[in-house]
Amino acid sequence: MRLKTLALAAAAAVAATPAMAQYSNDTIKIGVMNDQSGLYADLSGQGSVWAARRAVADFCKTTKCHDKIEIVFADHQNKPDIGSTTVRQWFDVDNVDVVVDVPTSSVALAVNNITKEKNKVFLVSGAAASDLTGKACTPNTVHWTYDTWALANGTGNAVVKTGGDTWFFLTADYAFGHALERDTAAVVEKSGGKVVGRVRHPFPGQDFSSFLLQAQSSKAKIIGLANAGSDTTKSIKQAAEFGIVQGGQKLAGLLVFITDVHALSLKVAQGLILTEAWYWDQTDANRAFSAEFEKANKGNKPTMVQAGVYSAVYHYLKAVHELKSDADGAAVVAKMKSMPTEDALFGKGQIRADGRKIHDMYLYEVKSPAESKGPWDYYKLRATIPAAEAFRPLDQGDCPLVKK
Amino acid sequence: MFELIGVPPQALFGQLLLGLINGAFYALLSLGLAVIFGMLNVINFAHGAQYMMGAFGAWMLLQYVGIPYWGALLVVPVIIGATGIILERLLLARLYHLDHLYGLLLTFGLALIFEGLFRKQYGSSGLPYANPIPGGTNLGFMFLPWYRGWVVLISIVVCLATWFMIEKTKLGSYLRAATENPTLVRAFGINVPRMMTLTYGFGVGLAALAGVLAAPIYSVNPIMGSNLIIVVFAVVVIGGMGSIMGSIVTGFGLGVIEGLTKVFYPEASNTVIFIIMAIVLMLRPAGLFGTPR
Repeated sequence: MRLKTLALAAAAAVAATPAMAQYSNDTIKIGVMNDQSGLYADLSGQGSVWAARRAVADFCKTTKCHDKIEIVFADHQNKPDIGSTTVRQWFDVDNVDVVVDVPTSSVALAVNNITKEKNKVFLVSGAAASDLTGKACTPNTVHWTYDTWALANGTGNAVVKTGGDTWFFLTADYAFGHALERDTAAVVEKSGGKVVGRVRHPFPGQDFSSFLLQAQSSKAKIIGLANAGSDTTKSIKQAAEFGIVQGGQKLAGLLVFITDVHALSLKVAQGLILTEAWYWDQTDANRAFSAEFEKANKGNKPTMVQAGVYSAVYHYLKAVHELKSDADGAAVVAKMKSMPTEDALFGKGQIRADGRKIHDMYLYEVKSPAESKGPWDYYKLRATIPAAEAFRPLDQGDCPLVKK
Repeated sequence: MFELIGVPPQALFGQLLLGLINGAFYALLSLGLAVIFGMLNVINFAHGAQYMMGAFGAWMLLQYVGIPYWGALLVVPVIIGATGIILERLLLARLYHLDHLYGLLLTFGLALIFEGLFRKQYGSSGLPYANPIPGGTNLGFMFLPWYRGWVVLISIVVCLATWFMIEKTKLGSYLRAATENPTLVRAFGINVPRMMTLTYGFGVGLAALAGVLAAPIYSVNPIMGSNLIIVVFAVVVIGGMGSIMGSIVTGFGLGVIEGLTKVFYPEASNTVIFIIMAIVLMLRPAGLFGTPR
């Protein structure tokens, strides 16, 4: 009798093993890492964690999903050293399978290397540097929402077309700012414009008046703000104070999130032209998602970064369930690339060989207070940039994964 | 027209003036710290948080009560100063007999708690606060916004008034005497603990005033204080801990030096103050205006 029980147990264990062993540690563990306390916390932060949870819930509604899917999160404080330590701990000790979000390009580039070394998966939504699918591309990374090339291509082009042909850059002094400045300068020069100067400010910055004054004396028609978050809002606010716009120069916010517009108020932000991958008031599905997001996140609307986290996690789960394994990071990413993407927020799309996720981008103009119908009604659509033109052509990124 | 290392004089004057404006904030904040350290021997790490609360106070008064900027300028320092008095009575006063370090740790902890609470409630992107005196004047070499001019003016007036009160009046002499020898001063029938409480309240009020002044130009943001406080501590160390005139002069002076760095080598503009601090500490450990104890 006893022997029989033992044999049965052994048989059960053997039968169960193949199904279980394929998910490392029998759990799909998703790590959301971003800024939880600093200047990028509102545009990523807990909102991104909520979006990841929501993606899991929505995926499991329609598909029979693995019963152990866990989400953890951490604050990288926008510091590459803290981000690297956290991610190593996640991979080595906590059995995290995939890292999601990671705004602040300098941190994202560090995580990018570690993910490849450990053969896990990295889904970038918050970071912008286009190097992530260029020189630094890896078989383990997918860059989801937007990048510096797409921003430059959207906003830069639109501004040059309306006559802004001389530029001065106000650049955040780290990987992201440098990438955004480089990509925008390329667009400006390609369309016949000229870059007359640049100044790099410490990140994060406090007082921008000195840099704005240098921009003013450059006599450039356009002052390009190659920074983000509250660095951008402070620059815009102080430019208004120093009469820069009245003096005939125009500001081009190269990366402006909806939370920044909210912080500036429409009175200050009106007329700004900006490029986004996603806006809450675009489709019914977006509005429904945003209504629930708002309830859980202090009345804020989601940013494109947070929507991107949802979309990326959703597609990751699809690929992992298709493979029935999350153990081999490169294999999961290869599977993600081979399947077309489709979800409620970003619609249909695809992931290219270099890890770039492709979808339409949108050029918006910030409404005037009179045009806005209520809180968070901030954008009017100027142009849709079709997916095929929105991102850097595959052969121009110098990504070693792309065969020439 | 002469040029100085490739920088036209107009730009240079402009940057000097801007440095003075930023120096006004450094001076106001470091003055509060110096007053508190000089009288209480407490290194008030909550100063940045109290500056932030000053800015939020201005925003809240406008948002919820409808009191505009000019009202806030008077009301907010009093309210935040009062919260400082409560803190001193409830917590800080119990630590005076211990090492400085305990006061530092307590106020540092409080700063983190305040910042966390505000971040939880209002997020990190900041809140809009309209400029009460928009516009400005063209000085020839730069455009001076009226508001920035006002900041420099009020800051100089407040700094000098504080200096005068502490160094030249009878009340100030009591304060200084109480720092030197509290037991003896008490023997003359002066309520030393109450004087220390009010001093802490006054220092906190100065931080809140700087916060209200900052609201229209920087964003009203829970982390605005922690960005600034480290620099302000460096200013206090360079000026000499507890020296009133030292903190005023170095506040303005370092603002100017930082402004010039932004022209010649902008990448170093957030480190230059610390380089100066290291040099000063090596040559004059008590600070430029401090007396060794």
